Amino acid sequence: MQEPIIDMRGIVKTYNLGMPNELEILHGIDLQVYPGDFMAIVGESGSGKSTLMNIIGALDKPTSGQYTLDGVDVSQAKDKELSVIRNQKIGFVFQTFNLIGRTSALKNVELPMLYAGVPAKQRTERAKKLLEMVNMEARAKHHPNELSGGQKQRVAIARALVNKPALLLADEPTGALDSATSRTVMDIFHRLHESGMTIVLITHSQELAEECSRILTLRDGRFIGERKGAGRSASLG
Amino acid sequence: MHLLDNIRLALSSLWANKLRALLTMLGIIIGIGSVIAIVTVGDSLTGSITDSLQSFGVNNITVSLQKKSDSDSSGTSVRMFGPESPDEEDLITDAMIEEFRQAYPDKISAIALQQSLGSGQVQQEDTTVQVTAMGVNNDYALANDLNLMHGRFIKDDDGERQIAVVSDVFCESVFGSSGASVLGKDFELSVNNKLLKFYVVGIYEYDDDGYVSLSNSDPVTDLYLPMETAIKLSGGSSGYQSFTVVAAAGTDTSAFLTQTKNFFASFYTRNQSYTATASSMESMLEEMTSMMNTVKLAISAIAAISLLVGGIGVMNIMLVSITERTREIGTRKALGAPGIAIRMQFIIEAVVICMIGGLLGVSVGVGLGAVGANLLGYAAKPSLAAIALAVGFSMAIGVFFGYYPANKAAKLDPIEALRYE
Repeated sequence: MQEPIIDMRGIVKTYNLGMPNELEILHGIDLQVYPGDFMAIVGESGSGKSTLMNIIGALDKPTSGQYTLDGVDVSQAKDKELSVIRNQKIGFVFQTFNLIGRTSALKNVELPMLYAGVPAKQRTERAKKLLEMVNMEARAKHHPNELSGGQKQRVAIARALVNKPALLLADEPTGALDSATSRTVMDIFHRLHESGMTIVLITHSQELAEECSRILTLRDGRFIGERKGAGRSASLG
Repeated sequence: MHLLDNIRLALSSLWANKLRALLTMLGIIIGIGSVIAIVTVGDSLTGSITDSLQSFGVNNITVSLQKKSDSDSSGTSVRMFGPESPDEEDLITDAMIEEFRQAYPDKISAIALQQSLGSGQVQQEDTTVQVTAMGVNNDYALANDLNLMHGRFIKDDDGERQIAVVSDVFCESVFGSSGASVLGKDFELSVNNKLLKFYVVGIYEYDDDGYVSLSNSDPVTDLYLPMETAIKLSGGSSGYQSFTVVAAAGTDTSAFLTQTKNFFASFYTRNQSYTATASSMESMLEEMTSMMNTVKLAISAIAAISLLVGGIGVMNIMLVSITERTREIGTRKALGAPGIAIRMQFIIEAVVICMIGGLLGVSVGVGLGAVGANLLGYAAKPSLAAIALAVGFSMAIGVFFGYYPANKAAKLDPIEALRYE
């Protein structure tokens, strides 16, 4: 079998370490995500979903345990190295889109390349190509406040993919969208999955999780089971 | 992330809050503007006076009488005489000057003497032409750099002849021409309640000294008479309140200045009320420059306080801006912005605010300075050094007061920042 993209072993996250209000959120998580996986992590609020997502996304470091992302040891990385990992290895898609206001959709898509030091001409070319892929090329010059929620999320997906990350990490990507636009966004994820992209989708919605190939359920900081999802066919039924 | 991208980003975020940005800049604008305005007026003043003093010649030393009660302001020269004039026995005599001439024969190029008669009028048909009449010796032309157009200057052996050297401006008004044909013509000068006929023997070119004339009327020009003629007209007094020594080329003017001062002061050691003092263009300039520098220093101190307040304003607004944009900062960090890129972004934003404020301040200052200089009657000379310094200083303020907020932004925890509502 191939090397996993995400290889987590015994991940523990404790807040307020050594203080009277010490709180352990994750109790030894083991997780392997392989190239091409479309993995859903489902859990109620308070299950430790967000904490796990932050660790997967290299926004936070585990208190103990081993985490390797695409061959890079994240658990030992310094702040500066973490920002490079986030820039090069991970594409974030947020529930609230988090586009930067006052700049065009195109500039938003260019942003991760800006921090990667890609020359301006290449930046624009690549950003345009990705906007085309999500069918947003016509609105490249629009500012986020001139776009609908679904359009914003499509721009955000283009932005997440622009540095060719090893992993697309989506946190409730349809949480702020109505069902029709949610569908468009999920269809993009399926298309990406079919082209071989590794995707981790974090959600509380069972329905959405069913569309993925693997479903992991998190409760009280532990995985309580894994099953196979129906894949894209779930959305067609 | 490149500098240009950062600047563009800073401009767009300032543009989004135009009024706020402008109000923030106000402190910087006022601070920089006031410094530039004062420096512009000061430099124009110094520049014009320097120009006009320079036209008297750099080697000129002016010897003049000074009241003894004022002598504690030692060595000063520009001091005018008080309400009462010195008595005849106080005046500098020809004998003293002759002794001086013999004491330093190789250091003196010329000694310009003048006996002022005050203002005079020349009646020509229905117009009256005003002049300043004075008796002079031959060296006067040299010391004052007069440019003779036609004829000759007053000579020392002209005695009491009723001849005059006049300006081209005077000739135009009185004779309608300033050509050589005017030489030998006569006019009637009324001075000291006397009306006398004079013949024109020379015409010099009037130099306006670089002053900006506010009125269109002709300037009052000097009219030169032979020394003895002037003494007779003034009522027989034959001493001088002041005269000018032109030092020979190659003489150390400042050393010679001290010698001259001591030489003439020695004649007045027993005089109760007056002493003689000497000054040169250089010493006057030094004095004026030091006065201007004091004024500039005082204004700069006020401006520095204004800039400090302005800088604190910038820091305050940057802190507000960073709080407002916490989510944006979180997003940028999630997309892989290192702390240094965030810090750079906000420092540049602060520098851009300050620099725009500085540039606006410079334009306000140059404008006000030009108005001020014109009101005083001088041509405005904006100081490029002051402008460069002001813009540079405002940028430094941006870096200094932008650093703390920018650093705060750079250190934000991305998770907290993304969660911020």
